[in-house]
Amino acid sequence: MTATKAPTEPPSQQRVVRRPGDRVFAGTAKGSGIFILLVLAGVAAFLISEALPAITASAEDVPGGEGLGHYVWPLIVGTLLGAVIALLVATPLAVGIALYVTYYAPRRIAAAMGYVIDLLAAIPSVVYGFWGLAVLAPQLVPFHQWAADNLSWIPLFAGPASASGRTMLTVGLVLAVMILPIISAIAREVFSQAPALHREAALALGATRWEMIKMAVLPYGKSGVIAGAMLGLGRALGETMAVAIILSGGGAATLNLITSSNPSTIASNIALKFPEATGLGVNTLIASGLVLFLITLAVNMLARYIVNRRADFSGAN
Amino acid sequence: MSTDTRSEPRLAASPEGPVRSHRRLPRFAPLGLYLAGIALGAGLSALTGFSVTSTVVYGVILGTAAVYLTSRTVEGSRKGTDRLVTCLVTTAFGIAMIPLVSLVYTVLDKGLARLDGDFFSNSMYRVVGEGGGAYHAILGTLIITLVATVISVPIGLFTAIYLVEYGTGRLKRAITFFVDVMTGIPSIVAGLFAFALFTLLFGNDFRAGIMGAVALSVLMIPVVVRSSEEVLKLVPNELREASYALGVPKWRTVVKVVLPTAIAGLGTGVTLSVARVVGETAPLLITVGLITGTNLNPFDGRMATLPVFAFYQLTQPGTATQAFLDRAWTAALVLIIFVMALNILARLISRFFAPKTGR
Repeated sequence: MTATKAPTEPPSQQRVVRRPGDRVFAGTAKGSGIFILLVLAGVAAFLISEALPAITASAEDVPGGEGLGHYVWPLIVGTLLGAVIALLVATPLAVGIALYVTYYAPRRIAAAMGYVIDLLAAIPSVVYGFWGLAVLAPQLVPFHQWAADNLSWIPLFAGPASASGRTMLTVGLVLAVMILPIISAIAREVFSQAPALHREAALALGATRWEMIKMAVLPYGKSGVIAGAMLGLGRALGETMAVAIILSGGGAATLNLITSSNPSTIASNIALKFPEATGLGVNTLIASGLVLFLITLAVNMLARYIVNRRADFSGAN
Repeated sequence: MSTDTRSEPRLAASPEGPVRSHRRLPRFAPLGLYLAGIALGAGLSALTGFSVTSTVVYGVILGTAAVYLTSRTVEGSRKGTDRLVTCLVTTAFGIAMIPLVSLVYTVLDKGLARLDGDFFSNSMYRVVGEGGGAYHAILGTLIITLVATVISVPIGLFTAIYLVEYGTGRLKRAITFFVDVMTGIPSIVAGLFAFALFTLLFGNDFRAGIMGAVALSVLMIPVVVRSSEEVLKLVPNELREASYALGVPKWRTVVKVVLPTAIAGLGTGVTLSVARVVGETAPLLITVGLITGTNLNPFDGRMATLPVFAFYQLTQPGTATQAFLDRAWTAALVLIIFVMALNILARLISRFFAPKTGR
């Protein structure tokens, strides 16, 4: 990987002999780069311009009849709730998987195991929705019932339990499976980059494997894991189809995870209502999409900021 | 950043003090103990009404406990903790395998029923019950993905060339940062963007495959840029310098030296980016929609695509519910096959077209 750090400025820039071909080519390349910035600005601009009618409309005209804020608020709660469950479940698992693949699995098959985990990322989200609906939701029904019977003193499990299992809890678990490969890929990359001298020094002093990981690997990989978790969070916030297929509810904002009247998420609400929406309904949905865009933008920028502080580490791969 | 990793190892300060004994468990003892724990778990599960789930849950807990407690007693607490963590980490990997295996099994189980010739040769035109297929949706997915690739690859590749060969200063940093941020745009937002763009340009009722292709491009471009950039960076600088020394203009150096050297990696990156968008549903759902007939013109009218087809077959089954569900699962299976084929293709490209550099 030493070649990546080599300076890429060519030495020919002192004596400028600009041929037309050079100018055209450099211009095209630079233009493409600027075009990408324009696209991102365009995403924001077009969303804002299409959302404005809903933002400025009087409260009665917005679907629901009580204003845009009242319409979007339960969706924001639903979006955050599902994403946070996914994050809480997926992060410890992903760290465990990354440690297993980098330091525990037999060397011979470790790469293959990493590839198998990456396969989870290759499965389209609509298929995850199918699986969640057909397999996971029915499997979780007994747990929903048990939680409602025994844990109802926790507001999250207040019940009554859904009979179909199509709840925010199921959605959160499916989202956890979907973001697992993202977090574990980044965690794997940082863990494998932990300085070999530190690791060997720890082992040479008689540390067990776990003590070596605790002293040499985890401190080094901490910020990478945090960044990976935030990228996973961004993905979970914007996930659409799995939520749209599994979640049956459309209720008010609630923290209750196991009823059948959970609030939907922003993305799935758009996907389900957009094809039939007309007039101001379209603008309202685009306005909610703008909110989602801003939330994910903030999360991603924070994650990228944390990743970029580690100069030698690229999180995109 | 990593200053805290430089703290000296504090082995002696470990709370339980030095290892009390040097006794070690025989080599296969932990595995045996673990299996014994699982057998015990099966027994426990049989007492409370046998089920596979409870067997696995009880077995893993008891197996872990057996290994930990034995090792702690025989080998001391430090070694015991080490074995406990080994068990936990392996369990984490096992847990991740459950959804993968379950998902693949379910899709194969339910999808194979309709994986026949009709599925690939018939559309849903005038089909209300059994029969029909996804001919129109498969072609639609191929066309829209192809258009998205044609849009994304030049833009993404030129941007990567700019970043690696030309870019300096703030513009380069801004593009790098925002390309990274763009990888996190939710797919549904990309769909809304394409919808808003075409609504402003062509009016409210405009629907065409190109809308979906533009939405997919927004998702695809950052992936192409990132992967191409990584690959172009790997091209040794000596090759460029040798070319400059021979008086070759910079743009010809890029076209004739840098790109051919990196072609395998570029091919892999583009293939993976196609795999990333081919299964996208949400942006196509809200822009292109779905029709039952075959529309091969991406610039006029709605088109059917495989993911959207699968979604509607599942969520809006007609009177012959089972026929719709079968088609949905088969579409999901075909979609997975597409994505897996692209992933394997990417691996083959990187294996067979890799440049023969000295590294």
